[in-house]
Amino acid sequence: MTDATVVLDPTAERSPAERARLARPPSLDGRTVGLLDISKPRGDVFLDRLEALLADRGVSVQRYRKPTFTRIAPTELKQQISDECDVVVEGLAD
Amino acid sequence: MFDMPDGLIVVAKRDCPTCALIEPLLNDLRRAGDGLTVYVQDDPAYAADVSGAVLDDTLEASYRLNIEIVPTLIRVENGHEVERTYGWHRGDWQRISGVESLGAELPEMRPGCGSKSLDPGVAEELAVRFGGDNLKSRRVELGEAEDAIEALYDRGWTDGLPVVPPTPARVLRMLQGTPRSPDEVLGNVPPDLAPCTVEKVAVNAVMAGCKPEYMPLVLAAVEAALIDEFGMHGLLCTTMFAGPVVVANGPAARAVGMNSGINALGQGNRANATIGRALQLVIRNVGGGRPGEIDRSALGNPGKYTFCFAEAEDSDWEPLSVERGFSRGTSTVTLFPGEGVQGIVDQKSRTPESLARSFAASLLAVDNVKMAMAGDAMLVVSPEHSRVFTEAGWSKARLREELERLLERPGEELIAGAGGIAEGLPESLAAGKTIPKFRPEGLLIVRAGGTAGLFSAIIAGWAASGPVGSTPVTKEVDA
Repeated sequence: MTDATVVLDPTAERSPAERARLARPPSLDGRTVGLLDISKPRGDVFLDRLEALLADRGVSVQRYRKPTFTRIAPTELKQQISDECDVVVEGLAD
Repeated sequence: MFDMPDGLIVVAKRDCPTCALIEPLLNDLRRAGDGLTVYVQDDPAYAADVSGAVLDDTLEASYRLNIEIVPTLIRVENGHEVERTYGWHRGDWQRISGVESLGAELPEMRPGCGSKSLDPGVAEELAVRFGGDNLKSRRVELGEAEDAIEALYDRGWTDGLPVVPPTPARVLRMLQGTPRSPDEVLGNVPPDLAPCTVEKVAVNAVMAGCKPEYMPLVLAAVEAALIDEFGMHGLLCTTMFAGPVVVANGPAARAVGMNSGINALGQGNRANATIGRALQLVIRNVGGGRPGEIDRSALGNPGKYTFCFAEAEDSDWEPLSVERGFSRGTSTVTLFPGEGVQGIVDQKSRTPESLARSFAASLLAVDNVKMAMAGDAMLVVSPEHSRVFTEAGWSKARLREELERLLERPGEELIAGAGGIAEGLPESLAAGKTIPKFRPEGLLIVRAGGTAGLFSAIIAGWAASGPVGSTPVTKEVDA
């Protein structure tokens, strides 16, 4: 176990030290939403419902599935999602 | 908090022969009755039979007591140090301890050893751990699961290559490379015009991979970039190619092993690579100048990672620094707003006249053969080419005069549309005139490169040269 690394900020410190989250899109108009099933039981039930709700609003949806929730997504899948989608929703829990 | 115990303090390490020499005296000191504390830096077996011996494995006591040499003997009264000695000097130890016969059987004097608190790299770690670093930059704690290199990428602090994590200890070590105060402000870095301290330069120099000894050159390069005539803001923002090219002259460049020889404009030399990179990281991180944001370069050039080399000075040609008004032997950095490297291959010219014509014809391509008085140029002459001139008795100034003469052209050739090329000068400016390719003082000549190869190089300048854009600047390197 090592101490947490502390580094000195190399910038002019005009933005917060905490990394900001990516800005949320103001609306989903014209955007593609990816729904990622991580292969946990009944994740598909949750995502099916989301897909129906999004489709009602005219939002285009792409479905994806990780082979197993025990490992991080394969690189190819991550690249495919970032290429095809503007927004991703993951179903994380049972 | 560390409280200095009253009485006598001895700081020692087992690894030191002089400390071993005085080890048998420690119980004599304890019996003297004033109170004795022995801080042992390395091994609890030292002074194991002496009550009052403490293992100083964190070196906090050694750090707080400013120990440089072991053994050190200190007398403390009412929480204040009144006297100290280091090494073994019998008279001093007897006087400070008040034990008249102390070590009577020992030699009169033995020098001590270096304190572990001053082992290479340790002093800075101790200063950070015990709160003595005085660094002002915001401390950013990385998550335990974060890889430091990746974390710095995620924060947008790199140029695309990995950077060295700027830990406080590394920054303290970097600051050892300059006598200047960390809080000294060098100026305001464009585009954000953010004040830049020596400390912020050190943080970015660590990230760039500099050694502390490079700091004087890095500081000079940053200060040069902030000189108004250099126009760093515009140079950064332009849609054109250029970025700052750093040329070092004088003993400072040699002292840190900068490359002026084989592959001088290329990769492989730490000083060249990291000094130029440190300047770019200061612009990026302190100034906020990032590509795609304020940096609008259409194509950029690979020198925007780093572009820094030293002139191969010789006795025959005046160094760039001397041409620019500094005395020979003065260390300088010159900043030139440069693009990439265009080679001039001439393996046949054996006379200065022929080689000058070869250079001139090649220099016409800067910006565009139809343009003139736009970008400056830096001509980098290799040793095999410079020899053609020096053996014929041509100085740098003589070569420049000849090039300037050869680079004058009839305006008619340069008018927009002439030669079937729409690019060119307005007729009103060019017709009936002789037009020089470069503005006065717009052609810089530097000698560099390996000793084999009849090749020289053109580093074209930003097309906005002089007062409308950028003028090369030279700054002396402070010791």
